[in-house]
Amino acid sequence: MPMKARVYVTLKSGILDPQGKAIEGALKSLGVEGITSVRQGKVFDIEVEATDRARAEAALKAAAEKLLANTVIENFRVEVIG
Amino acid sequence: MNSAVLVFPGINRERDMARTLRLVSGREASMVWHTETQLPQGTDLVVLPGGFSYGDYLRCGAIAARSPIMDAVRAHAAKGGLVLGVCNGFQILCEAGLLPGVLMRNQHLRFICRDVFLRVERSDTPFTRGYNAGQVIRVPVAHGEGNYIADGETVARLEGEGRVIFRYSSPDGIVDPDWNHNGAINAIAGIVNEGGNVLGMMPHPENHVESVIGSTDGRGLFAGLVQHFEKAA
Repeated sequence: MPMKARVYVTLKSGILDPQGKAIEGALKSLGVEGITSVRQGKVFDIEVEATDRARAEAALKAAAEKLLANTVIENFRVEVIG
Repeated sequence: MNSAVLVFPGINRERDMARTLRLVSGREASMVWHTETQLPQGTDLVVLPGGFSYGDYLRCGAIAARSPIMDAVRAHAAKGGLVLGVCNGFQILCEAGLLPGVLMRNQHLRFICRDVFLRVERSDTPFTRGYNAGQVIRVPVAHGEGNYIADGETVARLEGEGRVIFRYSSPDGIVDPDWNHNGAINAIAGIVNEGGNVLGMMPHPENHVESVIGSTDGRGLFAGLVQHFEKAA
């Protein structure tokens, strides 16, 4: 059975996020209270075939570094759900 | 000048580019599909044209940058061969690590499609020998993600080493936020790599080469390249 996993890709702090700003503005105009900041990121739901968790994590890390994230502007985090 | 124009799925400016190369150099460019692993023998100039490779999925240029042909482009650049990336081509070069930094969503979130003014910062490069330093040219842009950014150290290096080749400016060459359409850091519109042989730029010089269009300001870039190779030969 392949393992289920998630890769989260988020913008590094200090990088301007025009999309997040637009969403933040839209939430304000919808009257949603208390929201002070929005940063938009990406979530990848991935199935990975691996003999153990460490190998799965290594594959996900490789995927994130090689393609899913642009490490110039983005951070990533991998999570094996099981 | 023998040119190779790379073709990725979703690219749509490759024929404009090929037409311009034919008009200015007098030679037909080779169209090279992204799954190829070699450039045609004797390629002088590799061009990555504009468009929307892979529908801009994931990040603009991200998937095209990992195409088989890109290893050949890397090898060509490593030997000092000239590479020009326009618009999506610039994004692909950044994603491929051939140029530093990244093109983010335009500051005001709008897709910008209009003529802009560029100040040519240097004339002593193979790409800009057809211009004078400080000259202002009018060429079109058409992009939603052209907002150039890199970390502070990289930007300082680009500036310090004179690697910013084009900047968005007023018609008089004044760099000002009002004329920096996409919000790029330091109004950067085009940069070269360390070797000065790989140029990435957001605007489309290939669309302003015939007087019937109303401007031939882009022609100097291609005419300069042709001269560069004539001199070398």
